[in-house]
Amino acid sequence: MASTTTLTAHGAPVFYDNGDHHPQQGTLLGFWLYLMSDCLLFALLFAGYAVLGRSYAAGPSGADLFDLPLVAVNTALLLLSSITYGFAMIGMQHGKKKHLLVWLGITGLLGLGFLSLELYEFAHLIHEGAGPQRSAFLSSFFTLVGTHGLHVTFGVVWLVTLMFQVGKLGLTHENKRRLVCLSMFWHFLDVVWIGVFTFVYLMGVLQ
Amino acid sequence: MSGQHTEHHDHHDGDIGYHATVKGYAIGFALSVILTAIPFWLVMGKILPASFTAPVILSFAAVQMVVHMIYFLHLNAEAEGGWSLLAMVFTVALVVIMLAGSIWVMYHMNTNMMPVHDMQTMRNMP
Repeated sequence: MASTTTLTAHGAPVFYDNGDHHPQQGTLLGFWLYLMSDCLLFALLFAGYAVLGRSYAAGPSGADLFDLPLVAVNTALLLLSSITYGFAMIGMQHGKKKHLLVWLGITGLLGLGFLSLELYEFAHLIHEGAGPQRSAFLSSFFTLVGTHGLHVTFGVVWLVTLMFQVGKLGLTHENKRRLVCLSMFWHFLDVVWIGVFTFVYLMGVLQ
Repeated sequence: MSGQHTEHHDHHDGDIGYHATVKGYAIGFALSVILTAIPFWLVMGKILPASFTAPVILSFAAVQMVVHMIYFLHLNAEAEGGWSLLAMVFTVALVVIMLAGSIWVMYHMNTNMMPVHDMQTMRNMP
C-alpha cells in the first residue's frame, strides 16, 4: 500500500482542494492569461534584444542614436495615461458616465501623443540611415519597440470603440467588463514600457 | 456550499470584481514617478559609474513593475481566487528562464567563438 494521502488522527483523509476557489466568471482571469501569454511574447523579444543588442555591424550604437529627453517625455505620457485611465475607472465605479468618457478621452489623447513621438523617433532613425535593416541591434530594437507601439495602437482603437459603446449603450454590465479588460491591457503595456525604457534606452546609452 | 460564494458579490460592481480607489492610484502614480525619475536622472546626469548604474536602474525597473502590478493591475492573492497570481508566478518563472538562459548561452557562445587571432592576443595577455 503506497498511499500518500494525508490522514487525520481519526484516519479520515484530508483533501487540500476543497473546490471553493474557482472564480465566478472567467472573463477577467481569461484576459489575464492572455496578458501573460503576451508577457511571454515580449520576454522573447527582450531576450532577442539582449542577445543582439550589442551587434552594431560597424553601425551606430544606442549611445549614438537614442535621444533620452524624448524618451523621458514618452515615458511621462504613458505613465500619465495610466493614472487617467484609473480616474476613468473610478468614474465607472461611481456610475458617472460623463466623468468616465472625459478621462477615457484624455487617456486616448495621451496614447496618441506617445505613438506620435514614437513614430517621429522611428522616422528620424530611418532618415539617418539607422533603419531596421542596418544591424542586428537595430532589427531587434525596431521589433521590440515596434511591437509595443502596435499594442498601444490596438489599445487606442479599443479605447475609442469602448467610448462609442459606452456613449451609445451606457454603463451596462458588459461595457464595464470590457472597460476592466482594457484597463488591465493598458496598465500591462505600461509595465512592458518600464522594461523598454530601462533595458533598451537607458542601458543602451550607458555603454 | 453555494451560499458561501454569493456573499463575495454583494456590493460595488457585482461580479465585475474591480475595486479601484483614488488613493491606490495616487500612491501607485507617485511611486512610479519617483521610480522613473531616479533612473533617468542617474543615466542622463552620469551620476554613478556606468558599470554600477546598470544594476541599479534594473532594480528600479523591477520594483516599479511590482508597484504597477499592485496599485494599477490590482493583483493580490485574493484576485480571481488566487489564480491570476498563480498564473503570474508561472509566467515570471518562464520569463526568468528564457531571459537568463538566452543571455547566458549567447554570452558564452560569443566568448568561446572568438576569432583565432583574438585568442592569440588573449594568450599573450598578462
